[in-house]
Amino acid sequence: MKINNLGYLMKEGIRGIFLHGFMSFAAVCVTVACLLIVGTFSSLMYNLNIIVEDLNKTNEIVVYVDETLSDAEARSIGTQLNRIENVHNCVFVSREEALENFVADYAERGTFNGVDASYLRHRFVVTLEDNHLMEDTTAAIRSVSGVADISAAYELAEGFSALQDILRLASIVIIVVLLVVSLLIISNTVKLAMYDRRDEIAVMKMVGATNSFIRLPFVVEGFVLGMLGAGLAFLLEWLMYDALSSRIAAIDTLKLFNFVPFREMVWPMVATFAAAGIFVGIVGSWTSIRKFMDV
Amino acid sequence: MIEFTNVVKSYSVGTHALRGVSMQIEDGEFAFLVGPSGSGKSTIIKLITGELKPTSGMVHVNGYSLERIRKREIPYLRRTVGVVFQDFRLIESKTVYENVAFVMRAIGAGTKEIRDRVPYILELVGLETKSRRHPTELSGGEQQRLAIARALVNNPSTIIADEPTGNLDPDRSLEIMSLLQEINNLGTTMLVVTHEKDLVERFSKRVIAINEGLVVHDGMDGYYRI
Repeated sequence: MKINNLGYLMKEGIRGIFLHGFMSFAAVCVTVACLLIVGTFSSLMYNLNIIVEDLNKTNEIVVYVDETLSDAEARSIGTQLNRIENVHNCVFVSREEALENFVADYAERGTFNGVDASYLRHRFVVTLEDNHLMEDTTAAIRSVSGVADISAAYELAEGFSALQDILRLASIVIIVVLLVVSLLIISNTVKLAMYDRRDEIAVMKMVGATNSFIRLPFVVEGFVLGMLGAGLAFLLEWLMYDALSSRIAAIDTLKLFNFVPFREMVWPMVATFAAAGIFVGIVGSWTSIRKFMDV
Repeated sequence: MIEFTNVVKSYSVGTHALRGVSMQIEDGEFAFLVGPSGSGKSTIIKLITGELKPTSGMVHVNGYSLERIRKREIPYLRRTVGVVFQDFRLIESKTVYENVAFVMRAIGAGTKEIRDRVPYILELVGLETKSRRHPTELSGGEQQRLAIARALVNNPSTIIADEPTGNLDPDRSLEIMSLLQEINNLGTTMLVVTHEKDLVERFSKRVIAINEGLVVHDGMDGYYRI
């Protein structure tokens, strides 16, 4: 293909969008619908993952300090605990505070009334970054000098970890399936558009146009339509997401679901939508036209 | 030059479209290819334009050997052969001017060259005043003249007209045939596929008659014989 044809072929591609307005409209609509479904599901799964991750972080480990240590020595252990990898947060709870908590928790039954705080140990309430590594982390905590005992809910941590793994796998599988289905639907729409123009392609072939000369306007057209579909889908996704998350935030009983603001996901979303739009547009038109080039 | 040497073309279903066709059309010659439906005329056209490859035998068209032509060479072969169809096959979304100009674009012609050549060709076929119209706004005869302009614009050495008057009334048919004759006078090889006996006899040119995949008559007497 000669370079002086490039401008012409680009113009032809853009012109084709308007000339075949209905098919262009259909291709954009299908792209928007498919990307909206994939985008909505992805953001939902992302939020669900975050929620489970947050819930996981509420699974605390209680680290009891040797009772022979002074108050100052007991508090100083916190510095060493914070240095351990995978420790997210470490809060000191004195034996007096611990007793107050017990008294408050069991106030009705009066179990702890009259108990002396000296029966209890100072302690640290530790939360972890990743509960998959709870056993390794507790082993590291146990090796800190002055730590007398540890209370950790390993089974709960394992349960959360398994739930997270299942959720991740399920989201990947479902998103991939949705993407493949979307690609098939969009590619069929592009094929329909090509079918509509098979005579034009046949004439081009017959007068000696090279394959690249015939293809380029269609690829330009596919690129522009793909980007247009991706852009529209992105804006609609943003609007829908914001509307839905603010509605849910307003419902008291659903306050547990704290949605990640869309702004925090903007760039990954822009990249994903643009990549999907370009891929679908270019690959869709490139592969669909092959069938009609065999003249 | 178009040269067929003992060409056989069989289709996968077992039909033998051509059963040993040999013929030679020299540069600048005007020939009619006649024959009933299913005789093998369309197969000959498809072999000349590279749409089909012969099962056996040799086909040479304007320096290309069709039995061993590579896929990427086919566009370049087609630039040496202009084809005019019975159903015109114009692009309806393009104007008369654009229908002709895009063929030049396809071979990489520059804008200035296109601006110079297209009006000249449109004038040659008598469509210079209709360059902004779309094909649907033209009469049948005008559409065929546009198809001829398109076939002619890249200055091919050969033009193949496949039933060019099939959709036209007798007056328009005569007009189109006269135009093809004029183009031939300028040096372009012309192969006209037709079954219109009157036209063939009126123009007194070489007639190649084909029937059941064989050349049954090849003569300069201008008679339509099958």
